[in-house]
Amino acid sequence: MAILVGHDSRVLSQGMTGWAGTYHTNRMMQYGTRIVAGVTPGKGGTSHLDVPVFDSVAEAMRETRANASIVFVPPDHAARAMIEAIEAEIPLVVTVTERIPVLDMVRVRGALRGSRTRLVGPNSQGVLAPDMCQIGVMATDRARRGSIGVVSRSASLTSEVVKQLTDRGLGQSTTVGIGGDPVHGVGFVECLELFSADPQTAGVVLIGEIGGDEEQKVADYLRAAGSRKPIVALVAGRHAPPRRRMGHAGTLTMRGDGDAAAKIAALADAGVTIAASAHLVGATMHEVLAKSGLLPSAGAGKPAPVGGASFGLR
Amino acid sequence: MEIQEFQAKALLGRYAVACPPGTLAISADGAERAVRQLGPGPVMVKAQVLAGDRAKAGGIHVAQSPEVGRAAAAGLLGRRLVTEQTGAGGELVKRVLVEAQVDSVRDLYLAIMVDAASGALLLIAGRCGGSGIEDRTASGAQTLETLSLGSGGELNADEITSFCRRLGLVDRELESCREIIGKLHRAFIELDASLIEINPLALTQAGEAVALDAKIVLDDNALFRHPDLANLRDEDEIDPVELSAQRHQLNFMQLDGDIGVIVNGAGLALATLDMIRDAGGRPANFMDIRTTAKSLDIAHGIGLVLDNPRAKVLLLNVYGGGMQPCDTIIEGLGIAVRRKGRTLPVVLRFTGNNEDLARLRLANFNLPATECADMWQAVTCAVAMAKGRK
Repeated sequence: MAILVGHDSRVLSQGMTGWAGTYHTNRMMQYGTRIVAGVTPGKGGTSHLDVPVFDSVAEAMRETRANASIVFVPPDHAARAMIEAIEAEIPLVVTVTERIPVLDMVRVRGALRGSRTRLVGPNSQGVLAPDMCQIGVMATDRARRGSIGVVSRSASLTSEVVKQLTDRGLGQSTTVGIGGDPVHGVGFVECLELFSADPQTAGVVLIGEIGGDEEQKVADYLRAAGSRKPIVALVAGRHAPPRRRMGHAGTLTMRGDGDAAAKIAALADAGVTIAASAHLVGATMHEVLAKSGLLPSAGAGKPAPVGGASFGLR
Repeated sequence: MEIQEFQAKALLGRYAVACPPGTLAISADGAERAVRQLGPGPVMVKAQVLAGDRAKAGGIHVAQSPEVGRAAAAGLLGRRLVTEQTGAGGELVKRVLVEAQVDSVRDLYLAIMVDAASGALLLIAGRCGGSGIEDRTASGAQTLETLSLGSGGELNADEITSFCRRLGLVDRELESCREIIGKLHRAFIELDASLIEINPLALTQAGEAVALDAKIVLDDNALFRHPDLANLRDEDEIDPVELSAQRHQLNFMQLDGDIGVIVNGAGLALATLDMIRDAGGRPANFMDIRTTAKSLDIAHGIGLVLDNPRAKVLLLNVYGGGMQPCDTIIEGLGIAVRRKGRTLPVVLRFTGNNEDLARLRLANFNLPATECADMWQAVTCAVAMAKGRK
């Protein structure tokens, strides 16, 4: 099992007929994801990439039994597309679109309250269950099926961490990008709860960074609920240049905009193992699992040599 | 996008938010005229910079006469104002706002912001506004009242009334405060703001609410709906290098070190700066190439790094993803070097999508390049090279 997605995921693609939608939907199909429909208002009745295109999400769900959506719709109409999917009660929406106005996301959050939909994103690389289902635009070359859950605010760092894990023989159960925007769908805590309940997942890597209060919420949650599975966290931005403050930003700081040191301290205090640097995340998880006797048996892969001499241009 | 106080007050004027009568001046002569126009009584001469804590830094003066107003303006215009929020370089004062001083019975703090945690609008108020509110709040000397305003629909009148009561307001003052909250809420939604802050909000003897200062942050991502607001950006206030980078789908910030940094993705970029500092090096810049950047955009960004006279070595750390494969970035590097006609030693680490194609391209560019197998090696190599080159 993975979290959020699985063998039974039937995916519709909102905005599939655009350039990005076409390119990435095709990539997902090649990965093995079951894409059952496209949705583009005004293009209903046509077909694209050999799947039927519908005018609305509700119609596409009725006709194809789709149970997940990926949104490629440009920023000016992305909120409308998400709200349509939420109103159609689709269980999962993954939004890749960047630069959506924040008040539009406030409206989307309003639509999510009390709904039957989980939103991942926006500005997310998506959800990947290696060798099973890709709903997203992430690199997949180094991802391998296995027992580590990865949840992250950063696409490029996720790819890097996935590579480090695979190099150490640690495959991934699911990788989830919660997205880089301040107002977004599922957060770290919800993903941790899902990973905690997932029998395939033996440990979780959490990739945080400066800004926002997602990491603080994880610390609060873990202090209350604990975790039976080891968690390794990286918080990027320990040496970030100080952002120029505007206005009475102290008030904003008071409302939760912690720096890396505060986040690291809170997570460590809550029992999370902190990876000392971005290049050590895979090694840290390997070490933690070894100590707990949780290392997967050989065959899932073998540790790759660390480092090696730098070589000049050939 | 941050805008100046006088711009914020002009926008709030559209929503009938009361502000002190005032005029903008760009010269001492203009300031003197402005004081005369305002008539008798004390005036405030306020430096217009995109930073708070102006009062403590001497950016706000009270003048009792046109001559004193002129002198205050002369002392501010053309100077760089250094406040706790500007950094050591300060901000150039190009304009002053000359305003009538308003007698207030009490000063409140009032703000609306997007609360990321709840995904809703949040109304925040304090009984005791004015500068130093952060310190008073942090020390526990005052608590801020908050109220969730939901997703931007109609305000709940009863909730607003009881919120104002919690601030200790009654009668006319309560009514004024209710009114201004309604106006700010409407402005917030219609302007696509992410923060509106009135500090202080003066309550006069007559019970009127007057915005003595106003900060507005507009949502950059919503400017496509507001072409008129986009024009408020004062491009002189932004580092021209950073501005040109923004136009090319790059987040870029000049730093004071000697290692030019080229990275795709904000998280990997932050992590790369961390590793450089951990290895004892100093980055010359922060760069995050957005996934929407094409090779010509990337070439522009790398050109900015090559133009930096402090940079001794380039460090490229790239994970090629679905949206932006490695070869696009390497192509950008090649174009930048060809355009500039100069290069620096380059330490590269790239992996992921189209890594092999990128390696073939790189070979054609004939650069002084060192490719490393992992990012820590690349970082330590770049740090050593920067230290070796004087």
